[in-house]
Amino acid sequence: MHPVDTMGQTREGAEYGFAFLDEDAKRELRRSIFKAVCIPGHQVPYASREMPIARGFGTGGMQLTLALLGPDDTCKVIDQGADDSVNAANIRNFFALTCPGVTGTLRTEAASVIQTRHRIPELPLRADQILVFQVPYPDPLVVVEPNAAKRRRMHGRADYARLWVKLYEDMVAFDEITISHRYPTRINGHYIIDPSPIPRFDVPKLHQAECLYLFGAGREKRIYAVPPHTDAIPITFNDVAFAVESFRDKTTGKRHVCRRCGADDSFLDEFPDNDGARVFQCSDAAYCDMRLERLEAAE
Amino acid sequence: MAYVAIRGGADAIKGSARLMEALRAMGSSAPLDLDQIERQMPLLHSKVLSEGSLYHPRLASLALKQSLGDSLEAAFFLRAYRSTKPRLGETAPHDTRSMRVVRRVSAAFKDIPGGQMLGATPDYLHRLFRFELMDEGPAQFDQITREWFGNRPKAEMPLTFPKVLDTLRAEGLLAPLAESDDEPFDITREPLIFPVPRSAQLATMARGETGGLLALAYSNMRGYGDVHPTVGELRVGYVPVMVPHPVTGKPMEAGEVLVTECEIVAMFEKSDDGAPVFTLGYGACFGHNEVKAIAMSVLDRAISVATEKGRISNPSEDPEFVLLHVDGIESMGFCTHYKMPHYVTFQSDMDRLRAARTKAEEATDAPR
Repeated sequence: MHPVDTMGQTREGAEYGFAFLDEDAKRELRRSIFKAVCIPGHQVPYASREMPIARGFGTGGMQLTLALLGPDDTCKVIDQGADDSVNAANIRNFFALTCPGVTGTLRTEAASVIQTRHRIPELPLRADQILVFQVPYPDPLVVVEPNAAKRRRMHGRADYARLWVKLYEDMVAFDEITISHRYPTRINGHYIIDPSPIPRFDVPKLHQAECLYLFGAGREKRIYAVPPHTDAIPITFNDVAFAVESFRDKTTGKRHVCRRCGADDSFLDEFPDNDGARVFQCSDAAYCDMRLERLEAAE
Repeated sequence: MAYVAIRGGADAIKGSARLMEALRAMGSSAPLDLDQIERQMPLLHSKVLSEGSLYHPRLASLALKQSLGDSLEAAFFLRAYRSTKPRLGETAPHDTRSMRVVRRVSAAFKDIPGGQMLGATPDYLHRLFRFELMDEGPAQFDQITREWFGNRPKAEMPLTFPKVLDTLRAEGLLAPLAESDDEPFDITREPLIFPVPRSAQLATMARGETGGLLALAYSNMRGYGDVHPTVGELRVGYVPVMVPHPVTGKPMEAGEVLVTECEIVAMFEKSDDGAPVFTLGYGACFGHNEVKAIAMSVLDRAISVATEKGRISNPSEDPEFVLLHVDGIESMGFCTHYKMPHYVTFQSDMDRLRAARTKAEEATDAPR
């Protein structure tokens, strides 16, 4: 069963106002969000506030979520696809503490705002849902240019030549593009974004989606967006197809399936069990639970 | 099984917090009093005040207590608290000539107007253990205090002192102070987009992490740079905080803040009118933290040199390199975040490695 709880305020949070941030900060965040939506893929600088969880733990995503949440919202927090991962649980507790009235949920389809780290849920999101990403590196050019001022100019001119060269060098050295996650993705034909450390498996979900995707980098102080019905194309060569992670077993040639729900279409976590054997399981916990529930109901 | 695969993160973090709390309370030591932290660890306390960039001595003590003595974490508490507070107003620039000085030294001159005043410093202490302090009681404190205050002649020292650098300015060896009406850059309300004005540079370093500033400044001192500083004046003391009266608008004293200020004199450069003058580096921070103020003044000079010459030759001269890497709250947070689950991205990494290995094997197996 999926417990649905009311995020109630506790004694500890009573010292702070609704959604923690002062109202000026929230107003600035909302203005930056508007700008980000108006210029898809453009990194909008903003005065990122310090959060009571560490930089690098999702402070950018948290600020976006806090600026978006109202008392009638339903919120879900995931990390690595799971609601119960330590960091997701921690951020969820913080929202529970500081956003009285907001409903918490584990169900993807029930949430109006979902904050995520490293995954996009398997269930396609709807027009009335917003997915907020936690972003460690907002700039895809950082792998080829450390200087931020130069990168800003490169983005303005849509000068991504050095990224293409990196891809080409990969092909020469490994006969494969070695970028595993944070795959550079061109938005609306101009800006290339770092879609946050989602696997390549999730990148196609950004393209012409129904929902709004918002990206928040707290430490690097940038906000950007992929609005609904917007092109999001991972960069590749004409003769080298973009490839998502393969879960095909090398010896049998068959795709691994989830050991819990049997899904053969989801992103899988692979880990050794106590006997050292490799096991596979859905990374998206809510998707896995939903499938199990349906299987049980069908029996 | 990896800890992330276990469904139970919420319980785990709750348990971890309880264990932290229990470890603090276990044993026979008495609970730490906030006054003890402020009075007996003033230098640690100072670090937290300045890196947290919120002058609230009492909360700084609580932060140290709650963070189990970790200065980075403690500064973080103050910063996070700061996020919940609106900005109410601006003060006019403060003149540190009105500082109630508790210590000031100049390395440039044997004697300075008002005199050198060593104050309380560990600089000339032998770092030899005083084992008798291992067993100290209130009686010892009473005795030490009595000995210090007893039979002391009334202080003849003035409370405020003129600035050493004013002497150099009077002689023309240092460029006159340029008055600026520019609104100072508020780093808490605007992100740093380079190039940034010097006020942003100074504000960022004023709340920078001591160790980070020191490492970068030290690289310059050792030879990756050529600031070659002379400490014109280093002063520590209380600066009255003047805020405009809400009704009359006239400045009124709202309290005072403990500040460390350092002005270094560096190599001379051609001035606007052609005659060479010494150059200046400035450092200041909340609390008593001399290493930080000196390191900051060296970096301020290093960055300014490069900006003036339009050429960056060393990391310590690069405003982006320095200013984006000295914040303790940001660097500590990002370093810590690597402990969090990364198994989706690692799965993705394994996928790429396996694919590349397959390609390599195929290439080896292929007939030549």
